[in-house]
Amino acid sequence: MPDTPAISVELLTKRFGDLTAVNGVSFSASKGEILGLLGPNGAGKTTTIQLMLGLTTPTYGDITILGQDLRRHRRDILKRVNFASAYISLPSNLTVEENLTVFSRLYGIRNGRRRIGELLEQFEISHTLKQVTGALSSGQITRLNLCKAFLNDPDALFLDEPTASLDPDIADKVRTALGEIQRERGVTMIYTSHNMQEVETMCDRVIFLSRGNIVAQGTPAEVLKSARSESMEEVFIAIARNGALKDVAEAEGD
Amino acid sequence: MWLRVGAMVARYMYLYRRSLARSGEVFFWPVMELLVWGFLMTYLRRHMLPSAIVWLLGGMIFWDVLYRSQQAITLSLSEDIWAKNLINLFIAPISVFELLLATCFMGVIKATITILVLGTLASVLYAFDILTIGAALLPFMLVLLLFGWALGTFTMGLILRFGKAAEALVWGIPFLVQPFSAVFYPVDVLPQPLRAGAYLLPSTYVFEGMRAVVSHGTFDIRTLGIAFGLNLVYLGLGSLFFGLMLRIVRERGHLSRLGME
Repeated sequence: MPDTPAISVELLTKRFGDLTAVNGVSFSASKGEILGLLGPNGAGKTTTIQLMLGLTTPTYGDITILGQDLRRHRRDILKRVNFASAYISLPSNLTVEENLTVFSRLYGIRNGRRRIGELLEQFEISHTLKQVTGALSSGQITRLNLCKAFLNDPDALFLDEPTASLDPDIADKVRTALGEIQRERGVTMIYTSHNMQEVETMCDRVIFLSRGNIVAQGTPAEVLKSARSESMEEVFIAIARNGALKDVAEAEGD
Repeated sequence: MWLRVGAMVARYMYLYRRSLARSGEVFFWPVMELLVWGFLMTYLRRHMLPSAIVWLLGGMIFWDVLYRSQQAITLSLSEDIWAKNLINLFIAPISVFELLLATCFMGVIKATITILVLGTLASVLYAFDILTIGAALLPFMLVLLLFGWALGTFTMGLILRFGKAAEALVWGIPFLVQPFSAVFYPVDVLPQPLRAGAYLLPSTYVFEGMRAVVSHGTFDIRTLGIAFGLNLVYLGLGSLFFGLMLRIVRERGHLSRLGME
């Protein structure tokens, strides 16, 4: 019997008035898989993630996370998933310790203090424990957001451009830490990024969205093969400009 | 549930402990207001009926209980919008009810501090003893706290729906009910058509009751029952309104935008 996917989305549709942001999208992610959700700005990536977190209600379609229907079991699901984004923050006027303590209590973490210590060490920001969050560098803030995202030891994690605005050194450290945790814990991750090199390194499979539709999917190698390209960057640009996956060489000739 | 509510109360208390501006807001404005009204009262006492002047100071202190209670809800959630922390909260396993309950506890804390500080200062500076209100003091405070929660829940619904454009309402909404709550004057000062409206507000019964206690040493206890009944209605309506606004913002995708802007 095949394994139940950790995340499954069926015919997911979201319309905002006349605009269809997500158009009948279906996909799934297995346990421990890192699935890249890619596409140009406005493709529907962020809306899809927001739908999967229950922040936005779908117009149509079903979302099943960790075997439970999101509409009916959202709170149970939220105990076992987490989210980090470059576009949200923790309160800047609280210390790192205070912020993580609040969220460890919200997630009902036993031995919260120990868990906080472990995560800060894993992301190499232990020294910031007593510092006010607003005084941290952007690299430290990103890693703090990831510490918050791993507090509840999630089975599924949604990461929206986690390395945006980081310098290459910190971005590499973040990717290494994410990779380590993913290998140790087998966390299923939905990952968005505009850094195609990062996507190739991190993701087991990718889905390209354009105007709310899936236009390509598969392992990075499969996508490159179908586009007859050697670089995901080229594939991204071709999709952004043509709205569909074309043979990159052909698209360049257009 | 209580662990999660406690976590949110701790989150807001950390903020007040760390920020002089935020904690000053609990003390500074009420004390400044008390000084203005206190000195006005001192001046008027020399020229007018002393007992009537006491209404002003009592009214001011009680008004602040309602105002701080409403502010605790609206400012607590607004802080999370300003900090871009709203999405972190909405994807945590805390229910909207628990979130609101935590902000209501903040209302109790703020209102209690307010009444303790102002009561002490009014006694020391202006010889106004709030304890002369006697056994009615606690139920009066409770009516104002509950009405503050109802107004706060309604205000938060508007902020969720209309975003930062509606932020001025955090401070403005209580002043919509102030003229009709007969805070500083009896209801019969209001034009006839407005009096019936005034009695639809729970706060009116507190301010009228306070004046009755100061003037005659007693008040009609049945009016407290009406005030609590009205509070139940407003709390119910406020919660329904907040729930409706939350549903709308989820449908329109505004929740994520509000949390990221």
